[in-house]
Amino acid sequence: MIDTRQRGNVAGREAVWRRITGTRHAGLVVALALLAVIGLVTVPDTFATSSNLVSILALASTIGVITVGMTFVIIGGGIDLSVGAVMALASVWGTTLATQSYGPAVMVLCAVLVGAGAGLVNGVLVAYGRLVPFIATLAMLVAARGLAQRISEKKTQLVQSANDVIVSLSTTRWLGLPLLVFLFALVVVVGWLVLNRTTFGRRTYAVGGNPEAARLAGINIRRHTMYLYALSGLCCGIAAVIIMARTTTGSSTHGDLYELDAIAAVIIGGTLLSGGRGTITGSILGLLIFTVITNLFILNGLDTSDQLIAKGLIIVIAVLLQRRNALGGTS
Amino acid sequence: MLEVRNIVKHFPGVRALDGVDLDVRAGEVHCLLGQNGAGKSTLIKILAGAHQPDSGTISFDDKPIRLATPTAAMRAGIATIYQELDLVDGLSVAENVFLGHEHSRFGFNRRGESRRATAGLLARLGHPEIPPDAEVGGLSPAAKQIVSMARALSHDARLIIMDEPSAALAHDEVANLFRIIRDLAAHGVSVVYISHRLEEIREIGDRVTVLKDGRAVASGLPAHDTPTREIVSLMTGRSIEHAFPDRTGAEFGDDVLRVTELTIPGVVDRVSFTVRAGEIVGLAGLVGSGRSEILEAVYGARPASGTVTVRGRPVRGGPHGAVRLGLGLAPEERKAQALLLDQSVAANITLATLGNHARFGWIDRRGERAAARRLIETLDVRPPDLDRPIRTLSGGNQQKAVLARWLAEDRTVLLLDEPTRGVDVGARAELYALINRLAGQGIAILLVSSEVPEVLGLADRVLVIRDGRIIHQAPAADLDEHAVLDMIMEGSAL
Ligand SMILES: Nc1ncnc2c1ncn2[C@@H]1O[C@H](COP(=O)(O)OP(=O)(O)OP(=O)(O)O)[C@@H](O)[C@H]1O
Ligand SMILES: [Mg+2]
Repeated sequence: MIDTRQRGNVAGREAVWRRITGTRHAGLVVALALLAVIGLVTVPDTFATSSNLVSILALASTIGVITVGMTFVIIGGGIDLSVGAVMALASVWGTTLATQSYGPAVMVLCAVLVGAGAGLVNGVLVAYGRLVPFIATLAMLVAARGLAQRISEKKTQLVQSANDVIVSLSTTRWLGLPLLVFLFALVVVVGWLVLNRTTFGRRTYAVGGNPEAARLAGINIRRHTMYLYALSGLCCGIAAVIIMARTTTGSSTHGDLYELDAIAAVIIGGTLLSGGRGTITGSILGLLIFTVITNLFILNGLDTSDQLIAKGLIIVIAVLLQRRNALGGTS
Repeated sequence: MLEVRNIVKHFPGVRALDGVDLDVRAGEVHCLLGQNGAGKSTLIKILAGAHQPDSGTISFDDKPIRLATPTAAMRAGIATIYQELDLVDGLSVAENVFLGHEHSRFGFNRRGESRRATAGLLARLGHPEIPPDAEVGGLSPAAKQIVSMARALSHDARLIIMDEPSAALAHDEVANLFRIIRDLAAHGVSVVYISHRLEEIREIGDRVTVLKDGRAVASGLPAHDTPTREIVSLMTGRSIEHAFPDRTGAEFGDDVLRVTELTIPGVVDRVSFTVRAGEIVGLAGLVGSGRSEILEAVYGARPASGTVTVRGRPVRGGPHGAVRLGLGLAPEERKAQALLLDQSVAANITLATLGNHARFGWIDRRGERAAARRLIETLDVRPPDLDRPIRTLSGGNQQKAVLARWLAEDRTVLLLDEPTRGVDVGARAELYALINRLAGQGIAILLVSSEVPEVLGLADRVLVIRDGRIIHQAPAADLDEHAVLDMIMEGSAL
C-alpha cells in the first residue's frame, strides 16, 4: 500500500518535470498553429489543400533528414556547415553515368556512402586533427561543392528513365503521401530512438555537455565525435537520395544554404548551440515552422527577400523566448 | 547589521527555505551550519541577489533593502564567494577579479591598474606567486579559490559571504584563510561562513546559526562553547557516534595496482607504490604537492611516463582504457570534471557504467533506473528523485551522486579525490562506512584528502607526498596528525 503510494508520488513528480520540459515544445506547437491560422486566413483556398500540405512535407523531407543529423552534431558540441554541399556531392556522385549504369540500388548506396564518407572525413579532422568544427566543415563545404562541380562538369545530371525507381519515391503515394515522406519519418523515428534510447545518444549529451566529465567517465570522446560527423554525413547521403527523387536530378547546386536552414531549425527547436541539451522533436518542429513560412510566402506571392527577413526575425525571437524560459527556470 | 526575517523560497517541488531568520553583527564571523540540502546555499544566494525570495524581508544597516540582482548586492556592500566556483576560465586572473567593475576610463580598460590592484589583493591573501596575467583555467582548484576570494575583496565589501571556501583547501591554506578572515573582522567587516568541518567553526566563528530543512533551528549560539555534540544533533536530529570505521584486522589480497616510476615533468617525480586488494591507501599532501596529479596520471587522464598496471596488465589508452581495466576515478572538481549539470540524477549516476545496462547499445531503462535508485538509497541522495536535473541538487548531494557513479559496478581499483568534499557530518560517516565496505569486498582504494584526520582515519597505509615525491610511507596506525602535518609542510621525515 505504502509502496504504491510512494511510486505514485514519484510518477507525479516525473509528470511535473515532463510538463515543464514539454512546455518548450508547446511554444513551438503554438507557433506552428499560429502560422496555420495565418495561412487559412490569407490564402484560404490554397493553403489547406492536400496538395499543398503534401508539398510542404516533401519540401521538409530533404532538410528534415539533414536536420536530424545536425541535431546530433550540435548536441555533441559541434557544428556541421558542410551538409548542403555534401548532399550536392552525393547527389552528383549518385547520378553519374557510370553509377547509373549499375542501376538504382547502387545509385542509392553510392549517394549514402559518399555522404557518410565525407562526414567521416569531417569527423577525423575534428576529432583527431583537432580542427575547430567550424573550420573543418567550412573547408568541407567549399571542397565538396568544388568536387561536385568537377565531377558533373557543372552540368545537371538527369536520372535516366531506366532508373525511374528512384523517382517513384516521389511519385508513388501511400496513404496519400509520397514515399519519401515516409522515408523522412523513418529517419526521424530512428534518430529519436538512437538519441533517447541508446548508449550512443546518452553519450552524445555527455560529450557535448561536459567533455571533460565524459572523458573521465571513460567515454572515448574522440571516437564518439568522429561518429557524430559521420552520422551527419550519412543523413546528407539519404537527403541526396530524396532530392534525386524530387528533382529527378543530381546537381552541384543542390542544397545551397541548407546548412543555415538546418542549423536554424535545430536552434529554434531549443537545442543549445554550446551542446549538451536538445531534442529531435524540437528540431523537427522548428523545421516545420520554417517550411510553412516559406510556403506561406510563396502562396501569398511575396518577395523571397522578405521571406529571409522574416526567418531572421523568427530565429531571434525563438532564441530570446528560450532564454527567458531558461532564466525563469533558475531564478 | 544584517537582519534577515522570515525568508521563504520555493523551487519546483521543494521548499528550500521555510521562514528563515538570520542576524549578523558588524565585525563578527557568523557560521551557517546545516546538513546537505538544508538551504544554506539558497539563503546566501538570496543575500547575493542571485535568487529572489518568495517572501520575507532583508535589512542592512537598519534599512530595508531589495537585492534584485548580484550587482545590487555588491553595491550594497555584500560580496559572495559561491560554493561552485564561478570564474571565467578563458580570462586572466586580473580580468576575473575585476569582472563587472573594471578599472576603465572612457570605456577602455586600464589593464595596468587592474593588474597592480590584483597583485596587491593576491599579496594580501598570502599568494603573491599567482600571476595576475595567468589564465584562470590553468590554475589549481585551490588557486581558483584564492582568486574568487580576491574578487570578493576587490569590492571593499562590508559583508563577505563564503560558501564552503575551505572545501578545496588543504591545512595550511585554511590557516591562511582564517588569518584573512580575522583581519577582515578586525576591520569591521562581517563574514558569513559556511563549512561542514565543525572544528573550523570552533576556531574561526563567533556565533552559529543552524539550518535544518529550510528553517533556523538555532540562531546566535556562541561558537566557542556550544558542544559539538549539541550542534551535530541540532543539524541532524541524532547523534553521530564513531566517525571512522575500525580497520584493524582488515585483510588484504595480492597487489592489484602497481605504479612504477610515475613521472610528470615538474609535478610528479618518480613515484612508485602498490595497492593491494582490499587495501585503502591514502595520499597526504598539500594542495599542489602532486596528489591529484598522481591520481589522474594513474587513471591515464594526464600524460606521464612510468608504468601503471592493474593485475599485471598495463593501463593504456587514456581513461577509456583505464575504465576497461576496472579503474574508476571520482575527480576533485565535481562541476568541471564530473557533472552533466543539465542531465537527470539517474543519467549522471549511470554515465560510466551505461554499458552494463545496455544490450547492443540499447539501454534497458528499467534496469538502469533500478540501479540508480539503489545507489541513491545507499548514499542517501536527497531529494531521492531520479529525474530531477542534477543542477538543482545541493552541493553535497551532487558530490554523493559523483561517488555513486563509480559504485554502480564492481571496480577493481577506485581512485577517490576528496570524496567527502562538501558532504555533511552525518552523510560523511555513512560514506566512510561505505568505503570501508567496498574495501571489504576486495576493491583496492587510493584516496586523496586535504583533511589529514580523514586520511589517517580511513586509510590502512599513508603515503606522504611533498613536491611530487613520496617522502614517507607508513601504516596509518603509526602516524598522528601532527607528525603528518610536519612532514607535508617541512618535509622532515621521521
Ligand atoms: N535551482 C534549484 N531548483 C530546484 N531546487 C533547488 C535549486 N537549488 C536548490 N534546490 C533545492 O533546495 C534545497 C536546498 O539546497 P541548498 O543548495 O541551499 O542546500 P545547502 O544547504 O547549501 O546544501 P550543501 O551543504 O549540500 O551545499 C535542496 O533540496 C535543493 O535540492
Ligand atoms: Mg550548498
